[in-house]
Amino acid sequence: MSEAAMKLDIDPIAEAGKKAKGKRPQFFELEESERLMGILMAVVEELAVTRERLDTVERLLEASGGLDRKAIEDFHPDAEQARERGLMHQEYIARVMRILQQEREALEEAKQKGPEKTLEQVSEHLGNS
Amino acid sequence: MDDRQVPPAYNEVGKHGVFPQANHDERARFNFLANMNGYLASQVLPGVATAFDARAKARFAEETGHEPQTRKEVRSCMEADGYYQAWSSIRRNTMEMRQQAGRSLVLRQINDINSRAQALNDGDEHLQLDASVEVPHYVSAVDIHCMPGCYYTELAPGDVSVGANYDCGLFVTTGGMLGRYNDGGGQALAAWLKEQYDAGFRPKRVLDIGCTVGHNIVPVAQAFPDTEIVAVDVGAPVLRYAHARAKSLGVNNITFRQANAEALDYEDGSFDLIITCMFLHETSSKALPKILGETHRLLAEGGKVLHVEQPQYGDDMPLFEQFMRDWDTFNNNEPFWGAMHDMDMYQQMEVAGFDRAKMASVGLAAVVDESIFPSAANDDTEDYGRKPAWHVYVAAK
Repeated sequence: MSEAAMKLDIDPIAEAGKKAKGKRPQFFELEESERLMGILMAVVEELAVTRERLDTVERLLEASGGLDRKAIEDFHPDAEQARERGLMHQEYIARVMRILQQEREALEEAKQKGPEKTLEQVSEHLGNS
Repeated sequence: MDDRQVPPAYNEVGKHGVFPQANHDERARFNFLANMNGYLASQVLPGVATAFDARAKARFAEETGHEPQTRKEVRSCMEADGYYQAWSSIRRNTMEMRQQAGRSLVLRQINDINSRAQALNDGDEHLQLDASVEVPHYVSAVDIHCMPGCYYTELAPGDVSVGANYDCGLFVTTGGMLGRYNDGGGQALAAWLKEQYDAGFRPKRVLDIGCTVGHNIVPVAQAFPDTEIVAVDVGAPVLRYAHARAKSLGVNNITFRQANAEALDYEDGSFDLIITCMFLHETSSKALPKILGETHRLLAEGGKVLHVEQPQYGDDMPLFEQFMRDWDTFNNNEPFWGAMHDMDMYQQMEVAGFDRAKMASVGLAAVVDESIFPSAANDDTEDYGRKPAWHVYVAAK
């Protein structure tokens, strides 16, 4: 089996985000929500990336007192360091995902005790009592 | 904090001869996505069940006069639920982000990866490509699991980019549960075969159908270096990548061959063991019986066939679970997933010629180095079919 691999001249930034064949489902009623979620999730991801990079820098600085880009590229967390970084991701995710976590709490609360009063209802109640 | 599950760092993923080299931020992106998927499965997904029980079901009943009675009705009921919408949308986004992350990593170094593959593949008879093999409509209809270019697109002659992208991101979807070389499925098959070997079933020729990058068959080849293995797929780029990958890992007993498994040109009874691993759900209702027919024809007397899949839906599976397991059909470009899991696999194998008395199903979970990688067997998160723990249909001839 012999065949020559042809050299590719492509723009990896543009090509990386290519759309997959197959119509994209719409999950929300509004297209705007779909767009916002897509953009938001990418920002969420990139912030996580930045934080991980920063974490690396901090750990290296702490260890050596100097900064070397190659050292960042070559940095390999040991098992304990990897676990700490995973926990960091989980805390960050819990922060970003608060709205859903609280919605789940409310769902479970409503299942147990019925729907919560609205602030209009509470306000009216307090205005009259 | 001590009992929280944390996936290993992406640094631990094994680097074979054609694996793309990830820089710091590329590894961080995969680390984030692995943790994000873990959060979606363990923290957000349980709320989807609660939303169904606590409000969506009742709203549906109010509107229609009855509770949802089919999987389709559960879907229409849940698609109107805001919590489900949010979970689905984010899950879809993480799939798309994983593809973009993998492709940006692969494509910036594609000429290097293609050269490495070429150096490993050149002149080797264990890679047999055939340009006359057409990509079947069930592979080309949509890009399976939202992978742009699916398994078959070549950006240039000799290209392996879709294989490299598939391989480098498997870590993300499974949170590391597929192990160092994403080969936990193959390791599980190898462990199964070792047991069989000890019990007297010792296959000399093995066929793997729909092998993609070879991650599910290489461990079998490593465990049985004297066994002759043929691995077929329709996609040339994944086969080039698979062969180079296997060779760089020291494996020389697999022939990777471009062929359509609906009609293979091997003689009757050519193989003692035939394996499909998470493959049948990526075919079609017409192709699947043909492929099963071929497995029966190609299997020698006394041989075995193994289909590694998720469990069929069946009447004993709650409608909500069926609906959740069906998510990928509509939202992750796996259009045959639902129809395939509605099939009675035993009946399909019987039609293909197998004796029902010689069929069984067994559970298999990815086998990994548990000092580093999480074990799917010990994980109690219900993620409705994503976790590398499988239902295996076995038929003997």
